[in-house]
Amino acid sequence: MEPLDIELDDGELELPNEPMQVNMGPAHPAMHGTVRMVVDLSGETITKVDVQIGYLHRGFEKMCERGTWTQVFPYVDRLNYASPMLNNVGFSLAVEKMLGVSVPERCQHYRVVLGELARICDHMVCSGAMAMELGAFTPFLWFAKARELIWDVFEEETGARVTHSFGRVGGMAQEPTANFKSMVRAAVPAVLALIADGEKLLLANRIFLDRVENVGVMSKERAIALGWTGVVLRSTGVPYDVRKVHPYLTYDRYDFDVPVGTSGDNFDRFMCRQEEIRQSARIIEQALEQMADEGSVNIDDPRIVLPPKEDVYSTIEGTIQHFKIIMEGIKVPAGECYSYTEAGNGELGFYIVSDGSGTPYRIRIRPPCFATMQGVEEMIVGGMLPDVVPTFGSVNMIGGECDH
Amino acid sequence: MTASQTYVFDGSEQGFATTRFEDLLNWAQKYSLFQYPFVTACCAMEFMALASPRFDMARFGAEAPRFSPRQADLLWVVGTISQRQAPILKTVYDQMADPKYVLAFGTCASCGGFYDNYTTLAGIDKVIPVDVYVPGCPPRPESVIDGLLLLQDKIQRGDRTPGIVKPRTDPRVVASQLATGHSTDVAHAQLVELRTSKP
Amino acid sequence: MSKRVLQRLTEVFGAAVIETHSQHGDDTAVVVPSRWKEIAAFLRDDEKCAMNHFIDLTAVDYLNRREPRFEVVLHVRSIEKLHRLRLKARLGEPATIDTLSGIWAGADWFERECFDMFGVEFVGHPDLRRILMYPEFVGSPLRKDYAAQHTQPLVEYRPEAVGKLPPFDEHEGMPFGRQTHDRVEPRVNALGFSDE
Repeated sequence: MEPLDIELDDGELELPNEPMQVNMGPAHPAMHGTVRMVVDLSGETITKVDVQIGYLHRGFEKMCERGTWTQVFPYVDRLNYASPMLNNVGFSLAVEKMLGVSVPERCQHYRVVLGELARICDHMVCSGAMAMELGAFTPFLWFAKARELIWDVFEEETGARVTHSFGRVGGMAQEPTANFKSMVRAAVPAVLALIADGEKLLLANRIFLDRVENVGVMSKERAIALGWTGVVLRSTGVPYDVRKVHPYLTYDRYDFDVPVGTSGDNFDRFMCRQEEIRQSARIIEQALEQMADEGSVNIDDPRIVLPPKEDVYSTIEGTIQHFKIIMEGIKVPAGECYSYTEAGNGELGFYIVSDGSGTPYRIRIRPPCFATMQGVEEMIVGGMLPDVVPTFGSVNMIGGECDH
Repeated sequence: MTASQTYVFDGSEQGFATTRFEDLLNWAQKYSLFQYPFVTACCAMEFMALASPRFDMARFGAEAPRFSPRQADLLWVVGTISQRQAPILKTVYDQMADPKYVLAFGTCASCGGFYDNYTTLAGIDKVIPVDVYVPGCPPRPESVIDGLLLLQDKIQRGDRTPGIVKPRTDPRVVASQLATGHSTDVAHAQLVELRTSKP
Repeated sequence: MSKRVLQRLTEVFGAAVIETHSQHGDDTAVVVPSRWKEIAAFLRDDEKCAMNHFIDLTAVDYLNRREPRFEVVLHVRSIEKLHRLRLKARLGEPATIDTLSGIWAGADWFERECFDMFGVEFVGHPDLRRILMYPEFVGSPLRKDYAAQHTQPLVEYRPEAVGKLPPFDEHEGMPFGRQTHDRVEPRVNALGFSDE
């Protein structure tokens, strides 16, 4: 290398400013999903970016066309794997809308409680992963510990830690266990305490704040045009929450607030998530109070719901009924419908086309973070390369959902 | 090769022992696995749980993640690998320095799981050799720890034979369907061609 | 509430709206593909409709069931008025339709996905290329005539993994069960005597 103290013309000391192309991902350690960003850099400023998704495309929609309606549930679980229960609930509601039935009130409260628990998990995973990618490993451990407490409840209820496949058309796979309420009531305060601990580590941390505040800003109008929903949209100041605006299940009977941001930056997204966790806890409390201790969680319709196991093994009617639902599937009337719920990332929609048989003709999922990811390009262009990491972390891209 | 022919000399105050060099090396290696997490999908949730306090992978000396394949000797393949991802996985594997081990975390990485379709790679062993398969969708942390211990055991033995899972389609069934050859070899070759050719 | 949107649409566009229905409470209008973009722009800009929130765009393949074969389905809603609408257009082969990416920015990726999965071409789209599948992929996987299990690998498979036939030899496969952890070996000293 030449010594720098030789005579130089003005400007010759500057670094070459031709754009440099850098590939981030798809196996980049700071990209917790499988996404590839082809970034054009001028110095450290991003001039152009091409966000490429699809590295986790698993053919969800094609697989759904191959089984019965009930066999879709395991696939649905693995869409947004941070909160599988919300997807289960969303898909059950979609098919129930098509069938024109609604589940008993006890089941509705039950779905709400399980769904909100899943939402808490989802937001914790996102916040924890975002903090971890910024170098704050301890809050992540705090959140992971809190998540285990919720997973204990899920395991007791559904038998699985992550992928429950617990939803059914016209009800749930099992009744709530006897001590369901006491378990949830014990877990939620402990979770909130752990979250508060983890949050304290971050919100008093200059490095964290500097890296998230006023980084990755998105305007209200652009967010709406891009089709953003959920936390990311609310952080820009639009109070659109499906639970409030188009209430489903029993959400109109609970008292809860919709946290809204002001500037739509990473910090707002983070804080909206944290506040939503607390609101979810409020909903859970109210739902548990209103949930009856007795009563069926399934609708009373032998064409949709499986008979109890004792009947299957002891009566011929039960056997036939079981056989018909398992082998032929639930007969969903021909037609189309679009059903939407508030999932962890926003509006999770299912556009369903049925030809009247026991197999779906087409199931289209409207993944909330697919719409979010196309806005990432705008958020990071003009910023610095290290800003990509918190921005990407705060939009909570979940590969299974985004890439179908 | 049998392991740990360790001789301890009596009367030695310091308590030294002799062993074969390979055994010592294997022993050291199995407790300091530097992992490269190739995390793609749902199994990431359990992978996080595995690294977090309750299950604590650090107890087995395999907690230190290295985000450069060149510094790692254990490749965790956590989650579904799509056909699009396969070349990247192969590149990462090729970049790792010997001795290298691969652990397929979950059903999707082991055999493709229930994603038997146009986009999913039916098991990473189609592309790279695998040492230990951990089934489960996703596997519970306990079973992953079990798989990790199996791997440590394998390292200690100095066993480098890659594992193999049974193909998804039984070639004998395909042979009867294709009805062109009686030999399973021919049928299987046809099957392979069918599955890999362009339309 | 959103019945009014359907009414307004039929008033303004008349014969361009082929049919409307409100099955399961979802208001739907089927329109002629040639006026797709115009109607979409109207939905966004008209004061009574004000459909500014883009939700979803996809397609359905009705192979051998309906003619024309494809149906492009758009879902939009209004942030202020809270109503929703489903807009559909039927396309034969080759499927081409105007892009909506100039009207709602969100349509960009959804149209790319639709192009990728169904081969529907969006005329005027700024960046129409595959999004979920890799560029080397041939065909449209979500069409009903694409075999679900037909893979198109990018890397060559390891011959020993693909060509492997059962039954396996004894030394193949993963050795289950521990071989060193459970084994108790008698300790032997240098002179060859065991501890016991």
